[in-house]
Amino acid sequence: MHPVLTLVVQRIALGLLLLLAVSAVIFLGVAALPGDTAQAILGQSATPQALANLRAEMGLDQPALTRYFQWLGGVLTGDLGTSISNRTDIAAAIGQRLGNTLFLAGWAAVISVPLAILLGLVAARYNGRWPDKLISGATLSAISLPEFVVGYLILYFLAVKWQLFPSVAMVFPGMGMMERLNAVILPVIVLVLVVLAHMMRMTRAAILNVMQSAYIETAELKGLSPMQVIWRHAFPNAIAPVVNVVMLNLAYLVVGVVVVEVVFVYPGMGQYLVDHVAKRDLPVVQAVGLIFAAVYIGLNILADVISILANPRLRHPK
Amino acid sequence: MSDALLQIRNLRIEATSYPPGEAPRDVVLVDDVSVSVEKGRVLGLIGESGAGKSTIGLSSMAYGRGGVRLTGGTITLNGRDIRLADARALRALRGREVTYVAQSAAAAFNPAIRLMDQVVETCLAHKIMGRAEAEARAVMLFGRLGLPDPETFGKRYPHQVSGGQLQRAMTAMALCPKPDLVIFDEPTTALDVTTQIEVLAAIKEAIRDTGVAALYITHDLAVVAQVADDILVLRHGKRIEYGTTEQIITAPNEPYTQALVSVRSIEHVEKADAPAVLQIQNVTARYKGTNFDVLKNITLDLPAGQTLAVVGESGSGKSTLARVITGLLPPGQGRIRFAGRDLAPDLAARSRDDLREVQMIYQMADTAMNPRQTVGTIIGRPLEFYFGLKGAEKRKRIQDLLDQIEMGSGFIDRYPAELSGGQKQRVCIARALAAKPKLIICDEVTSALDPLVADGILKLLLALQAAEGVAYLFITHDLATVRAIADRIAVMYRGEVRRYGTKTDVLAPPFDDYTELLLSSVPEMKMGWLEGVLDSRKMEAAGN
Repeated sequence: MHPVLTLVVQRIALGLLLLLAVSAVIFLGVAALPGDTAQAILGQSATPQALANLRAEMGLDQPALTRYFQWLGGVLTGDLGTSISNRTDIAAAIGQRLGNTLFLAGWAAVISVPLAILLGLVAARYNGRWPDKLISGATLSAISLPEFVVGYLILYFLAVKWQLFPSVAMVFPGMGMMERLNAVILPVIVLVLVVLAHMMRMTRAAILNVMQSAYIETAELKGLSPMQVIWRHAFPNAIAPVVNVVMLNLAYLVVGVVVVEVVFVYPGMGQYLVDHVAKRDLPVVQAVGLIFAAVYIGLNILADVISILANPRLRHPK
Repeated sequence: MSDALLQIRNLRIEATSYPPGEAPRDVVLVDDVSVSVEKGRVLGLIGESGAGKSTIGLSSMAYGRGGVRLTGGTITLNGRDIRLADARALRALRGREVTYVAQSAAAAFNPAIRLMDQVVETCLAHKIMGRAEAEARAVMLFGRLGLPDPETFGKRYPHQVSGGQLQRAMTAMALCPKPDLVIFDEPTTALDVTTQIEVLAAIKEAIRDTGVAALYITHDLAVVAQVADDILVLRHGKRIEYGTTEQIITAPNEPYTQALVSVRSIEHVEKADAPAVLQIQNVTARYKGTNFDVLKNITLDLPAGQTLAVVGESGSGKSTLARVITGLLPPGQGRIRFAGRDLAPDLAARSRDDLREVQMIYQMADTAMNPRQTVGTIIGRPLEFYFGLKGAEKRKRIQDLLDQIEMGSGFIDRYPAELSGGQKQRVCIARALAAKPKLIICDEVTSALDPLVADGILKLLLALQAAEGVAYLFITHDLATVRAIADRIAVMYRGEVRRYGTKTDVLAPPFDDYTELLLSSVPEMKMGWLEGVLDSRKMEAAGN
C-alpha cells in the first residue's frame, strides 16, 4: 500500500475513534446534568406511578451504559431520538435545519476562502506597504467587532436605511435558488467578515515565512515577477498551515453561527440549538452536540489529509 | 578590455547592521573593487567568510541579499550599467543573461516542484525557447553533467535525489537558458570530498562545452585552481590580489595570499604508543525504529594524551560513534572501556566523574552556546557543576581558561553574538577544558571555519594537548585536518572501519580501494590536478 494511503487511513480511523470518544463525553455530560427528564415532561404534579411508567417507556430506568449503546445504535441507523419538548422526530427536524445551515455556511465559505487567500497573497506581495496595511487593518477591525455588532450594523444600513436586502433571512422549502440567495445575503456578508481575517492573516504569515527560504531567492534570480514567485514558488509550500486555519474557520461557520442565525432569525442549527437549550430538551442538545463534533472532527481530518497530500515528501517517497 | 562581458568598477556595497543593544549603523561590505570577466573565461573569487565574495557575485545580477545596497561604482553587463536599473530591467536580465548556482542546492530547489519544471522555468518565463525545446536541452545537460537516467531524472522531486545530484541539476538549471554568465557560489563546499571531485569535473566540462563565462566563488584555493583562468583574492570586502591562476598559486605577491596558499602548514609528528584511555570493543549500534546497523562491529583504541582521527563521508557513522561513546545512544552490542573501567551504555547510568572526564565540542559553536549567557557564565557552569567553584575562585579559573584559549579576560562579560566564529569555537573549547577531561570528542569542530581560523584552532588544540595531556577523538571529513593533528586514524565507510592504525601506516600505501579514493579526491593546490586524477582513474578503470 502506498505510504500516503496508510497515513490517510490512519487519520480517518483516528478521527472515528475520536468521534466515538466525544459521543461518550456528550452522553455522560448530559446524563450527569441534575434533574429528571420524566419529571420535566410531566411537571411537578405527576404521580409516582405516571413517572415510573414514562421512565420505563423512555428506557430511563435502564443503566446508563445500556442507554448509551441504545442511543449510539440509534444514531448509527439514523435515529436521533425524539424531542422532549414537542415530541417530534429529531432527525427529521435537524435534517432541514442542517441543510439550511450548510447552505449559509457553504456560501460564506465559497466567498471567504478564495477571497482570504487572495488578500493574503496580495498583502504578502506588498508586505509593509499600503495595500498590506489596508488589508490587514480592515480585516482586523472586522474581526475585532463582535459578530452581533457587525450583524446589526449591516442590518441597519443595508436593510433598514437603504433597504437593499431583506432584514430577516427567511427561507422555506420550495423556495427558488435566487430567492434563497437574496434572503441569506446579509448573514453571508457578516460570516465572511468574521472569518476573513483569520484565514487572510494566516495566508500572509505562511507566505512571508516561506519567502525567507533559499528557493525563493533562486526564483527571484530567475527573473520571475513577484506575483509569479509568490504564486508558483511560495504558495505550494504554505498550503499546510493555511489549510488548517481554513478548516477551523469552516468548522466555525457550521457550529459557530448561533449568534448570526439568531440576529437574522435564520432557521438553522444554531437557532434550533438555542431554542432547545432554553427548553432543557436534552435529547436535542445531545444530537446537535454530536453533529457539531462530527463536523469539527471531519473538517480537521480533511485538513490533515490535504496537508499530507500537499507534502511532496510524503506523496513521492524516495 | 572592450569585449568584457562583465566589468565592475570601484564597486561599493553597504548594508545596515543591527548589533544587539546598539544603534543600527551602516557597514561597508565591499569597498572599491574592480574586476572584469571576458566571454568564455572563468574568474575565481576567493576569500574567507565576510570577504564579500558572494555579495560581489550577486551584484553582477544587481541583486542585494537582505538589506544589502549597491551604493557606488559601476556594474557594466553586456555594455550597460545595471547598478541602478529598475526592477523590470533587472527581471529581464536575471535568468536570461546571468544565472546563479547556489551553495546549497538542497535548499535552493523548491521542494514542492518537480526538478524538470524548475530547470526549464527560466527558459519559459523569458520566452527563450518553448517547453519541448527547453526540456530536450535539459535532458542533454543532465546527460553531460553525468546524472543518472537523464531522460527521466527531471520527473523526480528534489528530495528524491542526492546532494551531489542536486548540485549538478542546479548547474543544468543555470545553463539551460543559455546565459552569458553563470555565478557559481561555493557549488561544491557542502559536498563530501569524493562527490566534490565528480561535481567539480562536471561543472568544468559544462563550462568548457557551452563556452559560457563564469564567476566561481569559493573559500578553497585548491578547488578554484582547478576551474578558474583568473583569480581575485578578497579580504574584508577589499581586493587583495588579482592575477592569473598560475601566478596566484605559484607566485603570490601579497602576504595574505601567501598565507592562503601555505595554509595547513602544521607539522605534527605522531607520538609514541601509550596505554589506551578509550577502548571501543566490538560496538554495534542502530537507531530506534530502524532495522540496519549504523555501526558494525567497531573496535578502536585511543592512547592517553593522543589524537584519534575518525574520517569518513556523511553517513559513514562517525557522529553516531560519538553518540555511543557519550552514552546518548546505547550500543546494541560491545562495550566502551574508559580509563580502565567500563562505561555504562546509557548516559543516565554514568557517574558524575564519567560525565566530567568525557567532554564534547561541536561543529556549530553558535548553536552549542546559550545566546543569552555571557562567556563567563558559559565557561563557569562546568566549574560550578563539577568542582563547586564559586565567586572569586571561579572567576580566577575562568580567566585562566580564557588565557589558555588565547582570548584574554576582557571577553568574560561578552555574549556569543559579539564573538567571531573562531572565538566562539575557542569558548566551546574552554568550556570542555573546564571539566578537566581525559577525553574530548571533537565533532567536525573546524569544518564551519575559514581555513586560516581553522588552522589557529588546530594549533590551539595541539598546544592544549601538550599542556593538559587530554586525548582527542577527532571526527572530520577533511583529510588535511587529519594530517595536521592525528596520531592514529580510523577510516570509516558505511558503518565499518575500513582502515585503522597509526597515521604513518594509514597514510602510506598500499591502500584499500576506499581509502585510495578518499585520499586521491582531496584537491591539491596545483593546476591540472583534477584532470590528472580523473585520467589516472580512467586508466585504472580501463586496466581492470
